[in-house]
Amino acid sequence: MQRLNQIFTKQSTYVPILAIILGLIVGAIVMWMGGFNPFEAYKAMLVKIFGTTYDFGEAIRQVTPLIFTGLSVAFAFRAGLFNIGAEGQFIMGMTAATWVGINTDLPWFIHLPLAVLAGGLAGAIWSGLAGWLKASRGINEVISTIMLNWIAYYFANFMVRVVMIEKGQNRSQDVLPSASASIDWLSALMDNARVHWGTVIALLCSGIFYYILWKTRQGYELRASGHNADAAFYAGINVKGSIVKAMMISGAFAGLGGAFEILGVFKSMAVMNAQPGYGFDGIAVSLLGGNNPFGIVFGAILFGFLSYGSQGMNFELEVPNEIIRIVIGSVIFFVASHGIVKWFLKPFFKKRREEKKGAA
Amino acid sequence: MEQRPIVAELKGITKRFPGIVANDNISLQLRKGEIHALLGENGAGKSTLMNILFGLYQPDEGHIEINGSPVVIDGAGKAIELRIGMVHQHFKLVKPFTVAENIILGNEPTKGATIDIKSANERVKQISEQYGLKVDPRVKIEDITVGMQQRVEILKTLYRGADILIFDEPTAVLTVQEIEELIVILRNLAREGKSIILITHKLKEIMEIADTCTVIRRGKVIGSVSVKESNERQLAEMMVGRSVSFQVDKQKSKPGKPVLEVKDLVVPGEHGKPVVDHVTFDIRAGEVFGIAGVDGNGQTQLIEAITGMRKASGGSVKVLGKELLGTSVRTVTEAGVSHIPEDRHKHGLVLDFSVSENMVLNNYYKEPFTHKGLLNYKAMDENAKKLAEQFDVRMSGIHTEARSLSGGNQQKAIIARELTRDPELIIAVQPTRGLDVGAIEFVHKQLIEARNAGKAVLLVSFELEELYGLSDRLAVIYEGRFMGQMEADEKNEEQIGLMMAGNAMGAAAGHTG
Repeated sequence: MQRLNQIFTKQSTYVPILAIILGLIVGAIVMWMGGFNPFEAYKAMLVKIFGTTYDFGEAIRQVTPLIFTGLSVAFAFRAGLFNIGAEGQFIMGMTAATWVGINTDLPWFIHLPLAVLAGGLAGAIWSGLAGWLKASRGINEVISTIMLNWIAYYFANFMVRVVMIEKGQNRSQDVLPSASASIDWLSALMDNARVHWGTVIALLCSGIFYYILWKTRQGYELRASGHNADAAFYAGINVKGSIVKAMMISGAFAGLGGAFEILGVFKSMAVMNAQPGYGFDGIAVSLLGGNNPFGIVFGAILFGFLSYGSQGMNFELEVPNEIIRIVIGSVIFFVASHGIVKWFLKPFFKKRREEKKGAA
Repeated sequence: MEQRPIVAELKGITKRFPGIVANDNISLQLRKGEIHALLGENGAGKSTLMNILFGLYQPDEGHIEINGSPVVIDGAGKAIELRIGMVHQHFKLVKPFTVAENIILGNEPTKGATIDIKSANERVKQISEQYGLKVDPRVKIEDITVGMQQRVEILKTLYRGADILIFDEPTAVLTVQEIEELIVILRNLAREGKSIILITHKLKEIMEIADTCTVIRRGKVIGSVSVKESNERQLAEMMVGRSVSFQVDKQKSKPGKPVLEVKDLVVPGEHGKPVVDHVTFDIRAGEVFGIAGVDGNGQTQLIEAITGMRKASGGSVKVLGKELLGTSVRTVTEAGVSHIPEDRHKHGLVLDFSVSENMVLNNYYKEPFTHKGLLNYKAMDENAKKLAEQFDVRMSGIHTEARSLSGGNQQKAIIARELTRDPELIIAVQPTRGLDVGAIEFVHKQLIEARNAGKAVLLVSFELEELYGLSDRLAVIYEGRFMGQMEADEKNEEQIGLMMAGNAMGAAAGHTG
C-alpha cells in the first residue's frame, strides 16, 4: 500500500494522468460549444471501446501498429536520430510481407515467420539506407527519410498495381492462409475481431527495445552516440556504425508493424491514395511515451483507443469528425507538454509545501 | 579600513537542495566601490549564493537587504530593477547580432515603431568609453574574441544601470593577456563607484584586485578578511581546510624506454597551411613532457592527431614501438594511451549519462563491465564508487547525471577515469582548468605519482607555472611548429616567452638583452 501510494504520488505517474484529464476537459468544452453533450459523447466513446468483445479486440488492433511505429521513432531518437521515415519503413514492411505471403507456398510455421521477417528486414534496409547516407555522406536523416517515405509509397503502389494485383480489384491478391498471423480461436471468441499475433510481438519488441539499449554493450554505444557523439568518438566508439545500426533496428520495428498489419489484419494490400500515416502517428506516440519503451505501449493504447473510440462518438451522437480530432489533439497536447500540466498543479504544490513548513 | 556605505547585505541565507545544504546560514556585506571576492572550492556553494542574490533561486531562510531596506528578489527582472547585474561564466549572447543589438536586447530604445539603433550605438559607445572597455558597438558577436564578448556582458549590465556587478569566475575562459585587461576594467568599475562581487578560486587574482575576501567552505562562511592583511597561503588554508602546498614535490626523473615517439607529424589545416607542421619529439617512461604555447597554435590538433581523433597527412606516431597513425581511437586507447581532453563537456563526458556510466566511457566493453555482450551495472557502480572515493569526486550519488556535477567535480571524474586505466602514456590537456587549489594540488600529485610509477606524461597547458612545476622537459609550439625543446627550468622563462611569440630557439638567444 505504501508502495502503491508512492507510485501514484510520483510525478512521472500522475502528470500524464492529469494531462489526459485536462485534455478531456478541453475536448469537452469544445464539444459543448459545438452543441454536443460531452458526457454522452465520452460515454459513447467508452462504450465503443469496451462495449463488446468485438470492439475491444478491434481497439487492440488499432493500438498494435502504433506500438511498432512508436518504438521505431523512439529507438532512433534514443540514438540521437530523428526518424521521420517510420512511415516509409512501415510501407516497405507491408509490401515485403505481402509479396512473401502471396508468392511462397510453405508450411505455416515457416511461411508466417518468413513473411514477418521479410517485413522487418525490408523496414531495416529502408531505414538503414538513410542511416548509411548520414554516416557516409552526412546527409540529414530527416530529409532523407521524408524522401524515402515517398519512394516507398510509390514503390508499394507500383508493386500492388503491377506485380501483385488481383484482377479487377484495386488491391493485391490475398496472402496465403499459411502466412496468416490471426489468432483464430481468440478471434472466434471475440466475434471475429481481427486480433493477431502482432500485438504479442509488439509487446515483446518493447521489451527488446529496453534490453538492447540498457542491457547490452551495443546499447551503451548507441546511447552514448545519441547523447554526445563527440564524447562517443573520443571514447573510441564507432559512431558512424552506431548510426547505421540504430537506424536499422528502428526501421525493423516499423517494418514488423507493417508486416503484421497485412498478415494479421487485411490479408492483402490495397492501393494507397495517400501515405497511411502509421509512421507519423508513431512520432506522436513516442512523444506521449517519453521515448520510453513501456511508456510507448501506454501512449499507443491512449492514441489507439481515442481514435477507435471516437468512431463511437461519431456514430452515436453524430459528433463531426473534426471535433473528434480536436479532442484527440488536445489530449495529446497536454500529455506532450508536461510543463503546462505542472503549471496547473503549481497552486496545489504551493499549498502542500506550506503545510509542510507549518508542520516543521 | 575606511567605512564605505553598505550597498548589499545577505543575512543568514540558507538554501537546501535534496541531499545537500548548499548555503548554510551565510551572511555577507558588500560595500560601495568595493571588489569583494567570494572564494571557495568547486561546489562550495558560491554560485548558489550568487544565484540567490540575482533572484534565480529563493533562499529557504534568511533575507537580503539592498541599501539598507529588505527586499525579495524573485527573478532576474527584479534584480535588474534593484541595479544588480550578473556576468555569467557562460555568456548569454546572440551570436549573429551586433554588440549594440545584444546590449539593448530586452530593453530596446525605439523611435516610432523601429529600434533606434543609432542612439543605441551612441549610448553603448559612451558607456564603453567611460569604463575603458573599448568595445565597438557595430561588430558582430561571432567575430570578436571571448574576452571581448565578456566585455559585452559587462556593458549589458552597465547599460541596465547596474551598481552591483556579480562576476562568476570571469577569468576561467580568458587568456593571460585578457585577464590583465579584465583586471584593469574591474578597477575602473570600482573607482566609478560600482560594487563588485567576484566569484573565483584563483588566489592570485584575489590578491591582485580584491579588497575583501569571504571564504566559503561546504556551504558555510569560514571568514571575511581584508585582502591587504592576508596572504595566499592563509586564504588557501581557509578555503580547503588544511595547509596546501603550492610546490610540486618531485625528484629528478629517471627516464626509461621511449613510450611515445612522434616523428614529422603533419596535420593539414582548413586553408592548406598545416596546423601541425613537422613536429618531432619523444617521451620516455617516467618523464613529463610539457607543451607550452598560446592557445590556438596547433595544440588541439596535435593531441587529436596523436589520439587518433584527427587525420594526419604525414609522419609517424608510435607508442611502445607500435605505429598508431591512421588507426582508430580505440586502437590508440588499447595501446595504453589515456587522454584527459581539453573540452570536458564536448569530449570528456556524456552529460546525460550517470557518473557511473561515464566512469567506464572508454573501457565499458571490457570485463567486468561487459560480460558476454551484456552490461554489468553492478561492476560499473563498484568501479564508480571506488574512483569517486579515491579522487574525492563530490556528488549526491553515482547515479546522478554527470550534468549536475560542478565543473571541478566533472574534471575530477574524468581524471579519475583516465589515470586509473593503467595507461602507459597519459595525455593531459589543461588538466586543472577550472579547479580550485586543493584539487589542483591533488591532480598535480597524481600526475607526478604516475610519472614516478614509470608512466610517460604529455602535458599541454597554457599556465606556465603548471608546466614548470610538472614537466621534466618542455617544448614550445607556435603556429603548429615546435620552436625548441629544453629542460623545464625557470631559468628558461624569458626564452620560453620569446619562443611563444614565434622566435625560434637559436634566434631567441640573440634577441635577449
